[in-house]
Amino acid sequence: MAQSPFFTAKFTKAFIAWWMVWFAMQAIILYWGGFSWRVSIADSAVFNILTALGCWMIAFMFQYYLPGQERFWYILALSVALSLCIVFIGKWILITLLKNDITYIAMLQNWLPIRFGIALLMLGCMAMISVVWYGFIDQQEAEERRAVAEALKKETELIALRRQLQPHFLFNSLNSISAMVGTMPGEARKMIQQLSDFLRSTIHKEDDRFVLLSEELTHLQLYLDIEKVRFGHRLIATINADELALQQKMPALILQPLVENAIKFGLYDTTDAVTITITGMAENNHLMLKVSNPFDPQTAMPQKGEGFGLNSVKRRLYLLFARNDLVETSMTDNIFTTTVIIPQ
Amino acid sequence: MKVVIIDDEPLARMLVKEYLQDYPQVKIVEECGDGFEGIKAIQKHQPSLIFLDIQMPKITGFEMLELVENAPAVIFTTAFDEYAIKAFETHAIDYLLKPFNKERFDKAMQKYLSQNAAQAKAETQLLINSVAPNIAEQRVVVKDGIKIKIIPLPQIQYLEAADDYVKIYTADGVFLKKKTMQFFENTLPALQFVRIHRSYIVSLPLINKIEHNEKDSYLLLLTTGATLPVSKSGYAKLKEILGL
Repeated sequence: MAQSPFFTAKFTKAFIAWWMVWFAMQAIILYWGGFSWRVSIADSAVFNILTALGCWMIAFMFQYYLPGQERFWYILALSVALSLCIVFIGKWILITLLKNDITYIAMLQNWLPIRFGIALLMLGCMAMISVVWYGFIDQQEAEERRAVAEALKKETELIALRRQLQPHFLFNSLNSISAMVGTMPGEARKMIQQLSDFLRSTIHKEDDRFVLLSEELTHLQLYLDIEKVRFGHRLIATINADELALQQKMPALILQPLVENAIKFGLYDTTDAVTITITGMAENNHLMLKVSNPFDPQTAMPQKGEGFGLNSVKRRLYLLFARNDLVETSMTDNIFTTTVIIPQ
Repeated sequence: MKVVIIDDEPLARMLVKEYLQDYPQVKIVEECGDGFEGIKAIQKHQPSLIFLDIQMPKITGFEMLELVENAPAVIFTTAFDEYAIKAFETHAIDYLLKPFNKERFDKAMQKYLSQNAAQAKAETQLLINSVAPNIAEQRVVVKDGIKIKIIPLPQIQYLEAADDYVKIYTADGVFLKKKTMQFFENTLPALQFVRIHRSYIVSLPLINKIEHNEKDSYLLLLTTGATLPVSKSGYAKLKEILGL
């Protein structure tokens, strides 16, 4: 629950000072009007203390129940009710205390509507301050929650990424380099360069950055070159993208996990040579990307298609475009295709 | 000494070949790019030692080993640094984590050369019996004549004991696998399969109804039409799982 404004020393001090000023003003005005100090101070003290109490009650009540849609009527009704209480309780106390002073009692009766108006004004102001105050605190808490959730998400993603990148790709690539060092050092050096370039561009890309399709394809080519060294003639990759599509923008690192999936899926599901096709097409107002690979419908595991890569791509696109329909997978004969739509 | 290298990456095979040059007694009889070729090569050459990768096309190195009769001694070469490694420590001759250097390779070879052939083969058999990597993959790999069939777990209807084998019933037919019922009971996911009898393990989603037979015995009717006997303890298990 949100803390009431009275939990801050600053607000409490200002509140007390405000009522001291009002108390002094009212007492002085009454004294000038011809009443004794005793009568003036009693009148001012009773009404100001009661109204301050009313204000405190409003702040306290709103701590438990913050009016929503119907807030205006609720606040008005509450303020009117409290103001009436203040006026009648004040009147009763003062009549009991000062029943001998006839001029004062007459004045008290005549001025009740004005006192009601002042009390209503004060309570209304306090209600507004409370609404703003609690609304602000609520918003702050929601903000904090969101920040925590975001941090958690990042952490999870990092762990998942590490797990994904580590075992197969990196270690197998290093093993290939190790194999080449003896007999073909030139090739080994080239692959070290490719692996470094690939890792560097992976690390430097931020999640929310947009790149041109041509840049994404350059990065993808680095990855494919390494995989081609590893798998030799078994892996064939063809990239088709029209001129217009190459100049369109897309979130960085969307294609790579899909191609990774396609390679894993394709290479480990058949023993033949595998052709991975990557297509980019500019359409009306979006960029359409397709990644396809062969698979064996007899043995393919349903969960394999829904790997980490595909899910993370779906989630990222949802966060960026707030749409769930941008990633689709389809199977025809023995070709598995993932289609991604990037709105422009 | 005949050796077969099985790895889907040509460069990885090349590295093992290069390291083996220091062993004049070794003759590399064949290099294979996947488990199917591996099985054929092992049957053809009967090598005394194989170098075996785990993640390979179609079937894993483990699954290949299960399908080989009279499996030779094995040195695994893998980039896997995961759970499966634990089983190797006890039963494989050795495992080499990619990338590995010459010193590490020589150590593995020394370990192999110091064992006698029978001992090495026995270790491989123990390994095959103790790990169930195919279950982790959610499938069972069987031999169907000369072909190899991969059965995803949801396709299994029930298992029946048959001497040294277990019969696996699926919609596509019945397949034999050289394993024990105990092995399947321990390794199949408990939420999906239950052992209802000394000779039967059944897939839970296929249970249609349970009928009282006589005295303490019950019969289980599957949605496929099959009727299986249920033992007393099997009935107790079913009652618990199905919440009867």
